[in-house]
Amino acid sequence: MWHLGTVIALHDETATARTITLEVSDWPGHIAGQHVDVRLTASDGYSAVRSYSIASAPNSERRVELTVERLPDGEVSPYLTQEVAIGDSLEMRGPIGGWFVWRTQQTEPIQLVAGGSGIVPLMAMIRTRASTGSTAPFRLLYSVREPGAVFYRDDLLALSNRDNKVSLTYAYTRVAPKDWPRPPRRIDAALIADVTWPSNLAAICYVCGPTPFVENAVGFLSASGNTSDKIRTERFGPTGDRK
Amino acid sequence: MAIISRGFSGRRSAADVKLPPGQYLTTDFPVLSAGPTPHVPLDRWEFVIDDGTNVLRRWDWESFRALPTETFTVDLHCVTRWSKLGTSWEGVSVDTMLADVKTDASYAMARSYGDYTTNLPLKDLRNKQAWIAFRFDNKDLAPEHGGPARLLVPHLYLWKSAKWVRGITLMHLDKPGFWESLGYHIYGDAWREQRYSGDE
Repeated sequence: MWHLGTVIALHDETATARTITLEVSDWPGHIAGQHVDVRLTASDGYSAVRSYSIASAPNSERRVELTVERLPDGEVSPYLTQEVAIGDSLEMRGPIGGWFVWRTQQTEPIQLVAGGSGIVPLMAMIRTRASTGSTAPFRLLYSVREPGAVFYRDDLLALSNRDNKVSLTYAYTRVAPKDWPRPPRRIDAALIADVTWPSNLAAICYVCGPTPFVENAVGFLSASGNTSDKIRTERFGPTGDRK
Repeated sequence: MAIISRGFSGRRSAADVKLPPGQYLTTDFPVLSAGPTPHVPLDRWEFVIDDGTNVLRRWDWESFRALPTETFTVDLHCVTRWSKLGTSWEGVSVDTMLADVKTDASYAMARSYGDYTTNLPLKDLRNKQAWIAFRFDNKDLAPEHGGPARLLVPHLYLWKSAKWVRGITLMHLDKPGFWESLGYHIYGDAWREQRYSGDE
């Protein structure tokens, strides 16, 4: 079942990532964390399909936001981040996925851990929590290359400043802002132990990012006492150990 | 009927490469798992075939590795749309493991360390179509790719090839496994593009 979405807004998150807002008249609704398949079709009938996480909370306007990171050798992402214009139609299938999701009935503490563009489905969870008035305790650890690579900066600032806030920690891996307390480096066991929920709270951990990031983050979460049945992962890209 | 995406030309695979519908070629080996990667020490590893009530066969790592092995080269097709061609493996044919098992069951549930499950018709595990693989590319299978040993059923989407496999439960009635309970197809034939529940 393919839905037709009309592009109604475009917003550049970073130099290489763009958020596309689509209006989908027959959208059945979605759960935070789900993704869609997007299909592009050339004039000779050739088509290519890729999956993208939904960044937006469910809403009554039947709008769906996708944030797409441009991959250097990508087939679909260069089109979605550079060619697509307001008014264009895109074919989408979904929403898809019933595992890496946060449902509004969940009340237990939530630990989100994002590596780079892995923030996208976690942002949908944060926005859904805000739009539904949930008081589930949320923490986000967001690992990112440099300040300019942060997605949703203003939204995250707003959602982590108000009452009933999401507690937010940035971890910069290459370049940190001036006077940032932690020198730029990858996440490590000490950081995970410092800024994530104590394991006795039995938080559900959602970890999304490139495969090596997820492997590391999950290792540190486990070492901090989080049990496997509380850790959900979504990975993308190669393992990094072979080409 | 698909609508044309203005200005999209796409990048076709080489003409002599035949992929299942909707797949694209990759030379990487992406990793998709629902949770943490289990790390199973070989001295604690075991593989059990049962019928839901009784254990029918059991191997520890040593007795498993004493079984005759095969090397084989197969194409992998992931439901997330990447395909990787010509991957070379070493493993034990599931035919070998089922050889002495008398059963009238028609279905099987593969079970993994980390509690992953996936269901298949038993006939898809027989007739030289499925292996318990422990080496990839002439190296011991890495944990993130399912080591120490994973099921490989390459004619179905790769989620059926359970990583960290620890056993097979024989069943008379089909029952959905992990992803099959979460919106994915009960059978998962890549060539018929059976990705999601509801696909024909």
